[in-house]
Amino acid sequence: MPSGEIILAGLPQAELSARVFGALAMIPDPEIPVISLFDLGIIRELRAGTPPILIITPTYSGCPASIAIQQSIRAALDDAGLAEVAIKTELAPPWTTDWISTAGREKLRAYGIAPPESAAERLAQKDTQPAFCPQCGSANTAEISRFGSTPCKALWRCHDCAEPFDRFKCI
Amino acid sequence: MPDDLTTRFGDDALILGHRLSEWCGHAPALEVDLALANIGLDLLGQAQFFLGLAAEAEAKGRDADALAYRRTEDEFRNCLLVEQPNGDFARTIARQFLFSSWQELLFHGLAQGDDKRIAAIAAKAVKEVTYHARFAADWVIRLGDGTAESHRRMEEGLDWCWRFTGELFAGDAASLRPEWDARVNGVLAEAGLPPPNPVRGITGGRDGRHSEHLGHLLAEMQYLPRVYPDAVW
Repeated sequence: MPSGEIILAGLPQAELSARVFGALAMIPDPEIPVISLFDLGIIRELRAGTPPILIITPTYSGCPASIAIQQSIRAALDDAGLAEVAIKTELAPPWTTDWISTAGREKLRAYGIAPPESAAERLAQKDTQPAFCPQCGSANTAEISRFGSTPCKALWRCHDCAEPFDRFKCI
Repeated sequence: MPDDLTTRFGDDALILGHRLSEWCGHAPALEVDLALANIGLDLLGQAQFFLGLAAEAEAKGRDADALAYRRTEDEFRNCLLVEQPNGDFARTIARQFLFSSWQELLFHGLAQGDDKRIAAIAAKAVKEVTYHARFAADWVIRLGDGTAESHRRMEEGLDWCWRFTGELFAGDAASLRPEWDARVNGVLAEAGLPPPNPVRGITGGRDGRHSEHLGHLLAEMQYLPRVYPDAVW
């Protein structure tokens, strides 16, 4: 029986959540290390119970980073004395780029990746979705390929500054 | 035999995912290489989810990996279309276009279905498959509406694959056919391609009667786990 259990069992849910989420706050995405797993919206909730269960969700069904992500979450929990907390992957509701935080979108842009539009922006644009170049801000851009260097990105180029760039796909 | 439906969905995704992985490093352009690998990756992820359910329903202590790596070809339930060799790029695109267009409609339906766990996988996968279908349709149009050579190859690719499409609509899936026909015909019209020639359909994959190609595919895919059964990283 891990010693952590005795301590955690008596904790109010709010306090436990604070400890768990605090321990996970800085874990970077393995593919795009400028944003954290929280910014990406794949850490969904801490479900109360014995043991408490941390619910996570994958971005894409075949995302090769899924295992690395689970391992880094496990390690961070263990290091914080939260070995008792279990991790469970749930598919529903399916992950959407709308769950990427505002801070996360800004970090993506600063890193050179055009962030996905919010749901509201997408609705306003209907099917025409120009990407804004993360280097120069121009909307004079075109898609090179619907698929990019990772499952979550597409390949674009800017006609004004002539730079190619990654664009986070909206799903 | 594991649960039929989840095995079918899982095997379709697994076998087509493997076929697409064969393009890795061989596609006509780097962007296409990345695209086909990404589509294959999505399909492998879907296969893992579906075969996980199939293994659980079977309750024989096997997992998704065991179903993927330790079954013989007559135990696979994928449709014949997905096991067909890649051929040239146009034939690969034809196969992807016909399959993804079907899978998109199928998953839209499954996502609303009664089985919550299948619905969860389908609701997640349909977002990915929508991308696959659009990618393939774009290429059908580009090749069909391209040079005389690309047009000829695209037409041949579709003609070749067409004989395997009837199998997709057996049983309950028959209800997907009108919508699928409309979509396929719409893209072909935009591509300036004629409707494929009527052919006698070939079926059997859903009953484990496969073409010889599947055995060769499995020989390669299953080699390592067969030769080193308990190998770990």
